[in-house]
Amino acid sequence: MARWEGPLKKIDDYRWEIPQSYKSGMRVPGLIYADEKMLESIREEQAPEQVANVAFLPGIVGYSLAMPDIHWGYGFPIGGVAATRIEDGVVSPGGVGYDINCGVRLLRTNLREQGVKAKIGSLLSELFVNVPSGVGSKGKIRVSTRELDKILSHGARWAVEQGFGTRQDLEVTEEGGCLKGADPDKVSIKAKERGLPQSGTLGSGNHFLEVQVVEEIYELAIARVMGIEEVGQVLLLIHTGSRGLGHQVCDDYVRMLREAVRKYDINLPDRELACAPVKSSEGQDYLAAMACAANYAWANRQCITHWARECFVRVFGKSLSQIGLEMIYDVAHNIAKMETYEVNGKKLNLCVHRKGATRAFPIAHPDIPSRYGKIGQPVLIPGDMGRCSYVAVGTERAMKESFGSVCHGAGRVKSRSAAKRSLRDEDVARELASRGIQVRAASKGGLAEEASEAYKDVTEVVEVCHKAGLCRKVVKATPIGVIKG
Amino acid sequence: MKRFDIIDHTADIGMIAYGRELKEAFANAAYAMFTLIADLEGVKEVACRQIEVQARDQESLLVSWLNELLYLFDVEETIFCRFEITQLDENNLKAKGWGEKLDRARHSLKAGVKAATYHMLKIEKDNGYKIWVIFDA
Repeated sequence: MARWEGPLKKIDDYRWEIPQSYKSGMRVPGLIYADEKMLESIREEQAPEQVANVAFLPGIVGYSLAMPDIHWGYGFPIGGVAATRIEDGVVSPGGVGYDINCGVRLLRTNLREQGVKAKIGSLLSELFVNVPSGVGSKGKIRVSTRELDKILSHGARWAVEQGFGTRQDLEVTEEGGCLKGADPDKVSIKAKERGLPQSGTLGSGNHFLEVQVVEEIYELAIARVMGIEEVGQVLLLIHTGSRGLGHQVCDDYVRMLREAVRKYDINLPDRELACAPVKSSEGQDYLAAMACAANYAWANRQCITHWARECFVRVFGKSLSQIGLEMIYDVAHNIAKMETYEVNGKKLNLCVHRKGATRAFPIAHPDIPSRYGKIGQPVLIPGDMGRCSYVAVGTERAMKESFGSVCHGAGRVKSRSAAKRSLRDEDVARELASRGIQVRAASKGGLAEEASEAYKDVTEVVEVCHKAGLCRKVVKATPIGVIKG
Repeated sequence: MKRFDIIDHTADIGMIAYGRELKEAFANAAYAMFTLIADLEGVKEVACRQIEVQARDQESLLVSWLNELLYLFDVEETIFCRFEITQLDENNLKAKGWGEKLDRARHSLKAGVKAATYHMLKIEKDNGYKIWVIFDA
């Protein structure tokens, strides 16, 4: 792939602008958060061109943004954020992605590294059996079509009503685990057919369950509010999304909105940016279906949480209250949300597309749980399985310039096929084991594709966001046990 | 004749499928996609299924064809290992797919793909046909 040679104007050490004049049709400039070193690898592919392309979307305000974990996606770059006016702007399924409400959920425990490492093999085996994973994995829940509609309408709330988890879990889930405006009638039969058997499954690709150990605490007072007290404490991280149901919703609506692009005569540089006015019937239908898929994903993570708790109880022979496993937070990183921001001194109602970007609301924001009112919303940033993950909190600066958004992970540097050519599953597993990380993988080639070599170093990504002021680092955790889908 | 090449795309995965005729290229595209889902060597041709897809234009038809097969894999758990396109025009496709129901004890699954996208999609006629597709993986 050709190197991107377009203009990047330095604003400061962590901000680079693609001028609006770069391409005729751009309605706003582009802005990439990165340091000078990262910029080199970002230029190696066409992701910056995608940042410029997103700036074509009618109604886009501020900047077409990209976080430091930016990489080349389809239509939108991964790590992209775009806010469009609800009044006269568009919504684009490509700005959300195929895995609607792919997201992460973090739980804390009272357990410590030593005790868990001693039993990590049996813990992983138990998790591997009880949380269905892998390509086309089928869930343990058998729901009727009517019941599925309830999942689509109520999300994680449905799961809690069924006994999977507690009300406290919902309090610390973005949107309470239930995005408003969901209408199951806007989800195709096909999407529902795919959703029926896959409820409560991890899936494959980069989805995982990770048993982690707190390695470093940067802000102890903030960490304590989240229930993280000391280095060596064990955490559990869950990363999954809306499975085949979400993929089908995206596919259905990309096709439908390609028609809308003709109907509303929208000028786009890439077909995958297909969109419709937010207020049009097509736009509203997509948002209603997207909310259903988002809710399905939250129910999914909620069910998995419940089974993971059962596994911990069985393996450690303690009660759940002794073990802890309380939720810290659950955030979506592929979603479109209706939010209000001040842009150039004016309050605007916006549709914020986060495609591989995490919401990062600051202290005292009305949409974050009261328990985090004084620290800001926890932001969960997973790295690859051989490195580490971060917990951060949102800032006022993110509200002012990135529509309350920050990075979502490490970002790939090596394609899946290139990783598989140069690495073998067995070698990856052995290398990880030698560093105290046990892995179980459901898919052949899954470990090679997800090896550290295939990713940017998440530490560098988080460092840029921290220094740019979009979030504040709180905790760093490293994996000791990984289940790869 | 080479049936397909898997191509690198940082976040995802792509392919170029070849065919003397467009029908053959569509069939090879589907075959290439299933090589990303499972090891096809152990998959037997015990079931045959009719598949029909309609779309507004040829490119949509290609994406719909591939995504229809992903839907069938999710819902019916069929791993397809051979395809024959029986009818193909600008808006309609009829095909037969051979394969068998997924047997986790016997079949070796890979990381799979989530969906075929329109990103960089291209159907080119040049001494036969060439098809480019990028998947969300």
